Amino acid sequence: MADKFISIEGIARRYPGASGGSTAVFENLWLSMARGEFGCVIGHSGCGKTTVLNILAGLDQPSEGTVIVDGQAIEGTSLDRAVIFQSHALLPWRTVLGNVAYAVTSKWRNWDRAKVKAHAQTFIDFVGLTGSEHKRPSELSGGMKQRVGIARALSITPKIMLMDEPFSALDALTRGTLQDEVRRICLETGQTAFMITHDVDEAIYLADKIFLMTNGPGAVLAEIVENPLPKDRGRIDLHRHPYYYALRNHIVDFLVSRSKTFAAETPGHDARNVPLVRIGKPELFVASVSEETKQASWPGLFRPSTSS
Amino acid sequence: MTFSLRFRAAIVSIALFVAFIGIWHIATRGTAAVATMTPEYAKLMGLTATQGKSAMPGPLDVGAKLWEHLKRPFYDNGPNDKGLGIQLGYSIARVGLGYVLAVIVAIPLGFLIGMSPLINKALDPFIQVLKPISPLAWMPLALYTIKDSSISAIFVIFICSVWPMLLNTAFGVAAVRKEWINVARTLEVGTVRRAFTVILPAAAPTILTGMRISIGIAWLVIVAAEMLVGGTGIGYFVWNEWNNLSITNVIIAILLIGIVGMLLDQILARFTRMVTFPE
Repeated sequence: MADKFISIEGIARRYPGASGGSTAVFENLWLSMARGEFGCVIGHSGCGKTTVLNILAGLDQPSEGTVIVDGQAIEGTSLDRAVIFQSHALLPWRTVLGNVAYAVTSKWRNWDRAKVKAHAQTFIDFVGLTGSEHKRPSELSGGMKQRVGIARALSITPKIMLMDEPFSALDALTRGTLQDEVRRICLETGQTAFMITHDVDEAIYLADKIFLMTNGPGAVLAEIVENPLPKDRGRIDLHRHPYYYALRNHIVDFLVSRSKTFAAETPGHDARNVPLVRIGKPELFVASVSEETKQASWPGLFRPSTSS
Repeated sequence: MTFSLRFRAAIVSIALFVAFIGIWHIATRGTAAVATMTPEYAKLMGLTATQGKSAMPGPLDVGAKLWEHLKRPFYDNGPNDKGLGIQLGYSIARVGLGYVLAVIVAIPLGFLIGMSPLINKALDPFIQVLKPISPLAWMPLALYTIKDSSISAIFVIFICSVWPMLLNTAFGVAAVRKEWINVARTLEVGTVRRAFTVILPAAAPTILTGMRISIGIAWLVIVAAEMLVGGTGIGYFVWNEWNNLSITNVIIAILLIGIVGMLLDQILARFTRMVTFPE
């Protein structure tokens, strides 16, 4: 926790209210993340998740407070912080290659065409779109469009990748593959990522830290849940992990009931020192995986062996 | 046996055309009674009175005359007798000049209005008042200030084609999707580059639609404007031939005005298709 690569310091967002006053979507929000961490914000609609992300992206300004990234207070948008939009936001008059190349030329203005093309191609290949370079967004499926969005964001080699419910418009199967893709990319490149989601399983699969926000207006960051699942977790046996249900139930309980009542029940909530929740017994994970438990995916998990 | 829709439509079109020509031919065959008159008096009278011929020309007369015009489109026998090609050329040149001037003014100004809510609000009352004014109402003012009938006609074309382009450009620019602007913002794209790489392509279909409406209006107005200013042009030709009581030439001119107007529209339609992107 010493390394604060991203540090959101006491930001608030207020809108002018109907009767002269102002309504705060959220107040005094503190949040920090280390380099290479994957953070997910979960909360109900209207709690200001998207606003937090937009402030982090520089697309929106906080009414109060600052955001520090890599030791510098942010001012407006930056090529260091790439955004993957919910609606993919591809430019429909450009091809796949054109969309990625647009980002590349924006970052490296004096590169010649061949260099831009080669660089863009690398990232198109990286997200598995080789062969579709010259298609226009209208010719792509929803999942492919979002892959282009990911390639575009990655192509500028950002310090942070910001994702605003990037997969919520996709069908479950495509969403799954793209989550795998994002996880692979983040693990391979050590990318710092900040994501907003509604999907509890998505957060459990992807995030190192899950930020739980209470309902707006006047939303607060209630808890930071550390993901107890190991780094090399896989989608298929995620739900077999002994801590999976404890973690999932904790988050769902929060969303179902505690997100509404949190402010009333926790009068002494300190926005600067948000409780860090660790599910289960973390010391279990320190123990090295012995040879005989290796065939079971998770350490400490007993499963009856049903040899077929 | 079924033919393609296109083929069947073409058959109906041809049938309608033949029917129209046929009815026209029968209606103008000339069955009026011939009055008896002295040969001296008959010389003063037209064929209508002496031979009972209909004053309205039939399709054969028009066809023959049209063929004559098409054989010699560019002759010039003095101010009141020029080939149709020359007359149309004058009109197209005037429309072209006024239209290009309108493009030069309307598109940058429309961009400004679309991008700046302040300018939009500030200019709105002027646009609202100026837009509904008939372009021909400007004619006396133009003639008085410019003191040149031909340039006045160009000014009238300018003023009539500027509004649809201006309003469509402003609307198109203001309606560019926020997410595309945000893409440019997160990529730190500067204002000028953003205008050319995001806003212009995004608004291009709307702008081109405005330009297409404008060229249609300009071609409508040029005929009326040339009737007023006189001298040259297809509008003047129509009025001159009316004064000559040559209904045949008037009909030919009407036909050509229609065809040129269609061609101008088709050219702009093609440009619109070129910049339209599927979403």
